[in-house]
Amino acid sequence: MRAPIATPARGFARIPAILALALVAWATSLPASAAIGYEGARHLLNRTGFGATDGEIAASAGLARGEAVERILAMARTEASVAAPAFVNESFVPYYKLRGQDEAQRKATQQMNVEQGFELREWWLREILLTPSPLTERMTIFWHNHFATSQQKVKSAKLIHSQNVLLRSQALGNFATLLHAVSKDPAMLVYLDNANSRRQAPNENFAREVMELFTLGEGHYAEGDIKEAARAFTGWSIDRDTGRFVNRPFFHDAGTKTVLGKSGRFGGDDVLDILLARRETAEFVTRKLWREFVSPEPDEAQVKRLAGVFRDARYEVKPLLRALLLSDAFWAPENRATLIKSPVELVAGTLRTLDIHPMNLRPAVVASALLGQNLMSPPNVKGWPGGEAWITSATLLGRKQFLERLFRGNAPMAAPEMVAVGDEMKGEAGGPEARARRMMERGLQAYAFDWWRWSRTLQRGSSVEALMLATAAVNPVPPGTDGAELVRFLASDPAYQLK
Amino acid sequence: MKRREFLRLGALLPMSGWIGNFAHGAPATDSRKLLVLVELKGGNDGLNTVIPFADARYRSLRSRLGVDRDKVLKITEGAALHPSLEMLAPSWEAKQLAIVQGVGYPDPNLSHFRSIEIWDTASKGDEYLDAGWLARAFTLSPSPASFAADGVVVGAGGMGPLAGGSGRSIALTSPEQFLRNARLAKAEGESRNPALAHILRVERDVMVSAERLHAGRKFTTAFPLGAFGNAVNTAAQLAANPEGIAVIRLSLAGFDTHANQQGVHANLLRQLGEGLAALRDALIETGRWNSTLVATYSEFGRRPQENQSGGTDHGTSSTHFVMGGAVRGGMYGPPPSLDRLDGNGNLPFAVDFRAYYATFLERWWGMDSPAVLGGRFKPLDFIKV
Repeated sequence: MRAPIATPARGFARIPAILALALVAWATSLPASAAIGYEGARHLLNRTGFGATDGEIAASAGLARGEAVERILAMARTEASVAAPAFVNESFVPYYKLRGQDEAQRKATQQMNVEQGFELREWWLREILLTPSPLTERMTIFWHNHFATSQQKVKSAKLIHSQNVLLRSQALGNFATLLHAVSKDPAMLVYLDNANSRRQAPNENFAREVMELFTLGEGHYAEGDIKEAARAFTGWSIDRDTGRFVNRPFFHDAGTKTVLGKSGRFGGDDVLDILLARRETAEFVTRKLWREFVSPEPDEAQVKRLAGVFRDARYEVKPLLRALLLSDAFWAPENRATLIKSPVELVAGTLRTLDIHPMNLRPAVVASALLGQNLMSPPNVKGWPGGEAWITSATLLGRKQFLERLFRGNAPMAAPEMVAVGDEMKGEAGGPEARARRMMERGLQAYAFDWWRWSRTLQRGSSVEALMLATAAVNPVPPGTDGAELVRFLASDPAYQLK
Repeated sequence: MKRREFLRLGALLPMSGWIGNFAHGAPATDSRKLLVLVELKGGNDGLNTVIPFADARYRSLRSRLGVDRDKVLKITEGAALHPSLEMLAPSWEAKQLAIVQGVGYPDPNLSHFRSIEIWDTASKGDEYLDAGWLARAFTLSPSPASFAADGVVVGAGGMGPLAGGSGRSIALTSPEQFLRNARLAKAEGESRNPALAHILRVERDVMVSAERLHAGRKFTTAFPLGAFGNAVNTAAQLAANPEGIAVIRLSLAGFDTHANQQGVHANLLRQLGEGLAALRDALIETGRWNSTLVATYSEFGRRPQENQSGGTDHGTSSTHFVMGGAVRGGMYGPPPSLDRLDGNGNLPFAVDFRAYYATFLERWWGMDSPAVLGGRFKPLDFIKV
């Protein structure tokens, strides 16, 4: 048995890491007008994107903080660059038609939903990999996690796609606008059951989560506020034939409600405005963004300051992000490498950094799902808990296995294997998860890392360790390790899980 | 005793805090006593699980969702199982199924996330604790060093009641896959960076557990198809592992039935009943039925008054199942007090969930339950002495 004793690496192999750390300390002690350097650029790009490449980092290294942040914000998009799957242009299939189906039709519908769900996730992952503005996709995922909605309940890939388009349109736009729009978004109305809420006995699901998870945070409202707000939201529903938002006056409770001390004959928009007027809302969202971009432990004084910026900007997201990314805390050495990569960041980031361009993204989509993040199917309305919860023994081994696959050498067999991927989902033993796992493992054979091609993309003088790791490697690099072996070794190090 | 075990016990003793107290000095976890927890995620509707079918108030509160009187599975004069739970009948008839009614806590929180946190950490309503209640138990009373793990969570969700603490718990989907990948764990060392320290600890736990886990056990018991059936199969394999495991946690999700509850809930209960029945068969097959308790928990029950969407909103106290060869079958706790709903229309609680936990800690493992639960909660009598 190996003793689980601390044996920090010593000696020669450790030196580059120590040098790198020293560089971070040196760079962060400079005035904000100085160039951020390689380490600073790596930090900024990986915290706001997915696995920056050596070339991207080098291109930002000469900029000052303000310039580098401005460049990222200026790239923000409101639409995806990759064309959506064709099915989004087909007409909506009404839920009542699904209810009337016989067994065979139901099965076919289910298979179609699974297939469209895959296409949707592959589309989003391709956008994540190819977008000129990785921050836009990071923020789209952030809002997806904030306004978590799952295809498993909504059962319409078309509605989920529409919500994704909405989230991206306001990704760096306006939070108040987004809150009002998401609350009337058909997928959300179905997911939190408001579509069927009626005045006689309102459904409290949306009213509760809009306060607890979307705006105020737990502890800043009473059960009575939820009951009253639920009355105000009655009537917000979807058209049964088109799947579009519709307001049904007949379902709506038009009486007087009292929410958070304010009374009136409120409708849903009035309640949302009451929630947006509360200081807690700006703080709640700011705190969450801090955990997303800065560190696991928000500095409450700074959160209050930044939330003030957010309120002064009438919930415009860009000014808040600018202030957050220019804060001393964002650049502080003690906050570097303190966040754990999400599965999507690990999978997409690795493909980007290592310049791997698979034709078929389904194995990568499945890999992320098996690691605990199945986009468009968050575990519940609170989204993915994130942080340390990303890493359990099951998911850590899954991450290592995924990375290991990329270094199994080139697989000339890959092409015929991929043809079989579509058939993997049926007819094999071991349940859906085991089948998904097999599909991923075979599919990943086409994801081989190519050292010879990749090494030519490195700038002269770049350190592979400084590119790959946000902090010093835990396991000392054995002397003489180089080429693809070095990349593999660094990817298997626990420090590779950090951003 | 293996040499490794001896060494680990020796290393732990000076820190255990129980020296000189014989009652606590011995490893508090009997090496063969296993607890399998099944979390019903989303808040299970206790009223339609164990149904007060004879109560007229049930009929009026559940005019659409109430289960027909002639379809329920009567177990007492006033209580009946949902028809989808028919696979639990053999355990009930063998007097090896305890039904605990009215389990909850004071000042109930109706948020899924806060309420499951309260259940997972066994905190008071206004108290925030970092470690799960089982993690605290194993920190105070470590399992024997020969154990494969204190706890194993089946699936990729969070560690729940096993999160934090200084015990050793792992998560896996199947032992085969875990062992296949465990060779990839190799890091040693420590870090002051909390995120890195967490990763290193998980990595170390993997290495230790991998030495003591076995895979590939075959059963004559047939397991239900689907994710929950697979999880039950994994649990049965883990229960049969020669090196001990104190706790196995499974979960079944989807109980947040705000709308169109009827079919969804029936389907979930069928999965639950079939899964638990298969688990019982497998435990009997491997000779572990008498040394295993299987118990359910959930963040809350649901509102007695159904809503207009054919569903139920968040509620408070609920009914839970405990089964095993050592269980004294029967009803515990009073029937749901549908005549005494609170201002939100929810049920009062009758059994504090910490008394439910105290039963496992004290009566099953002989642990010091007040030290774990931060207070004295009188255990229930559903375990045979």
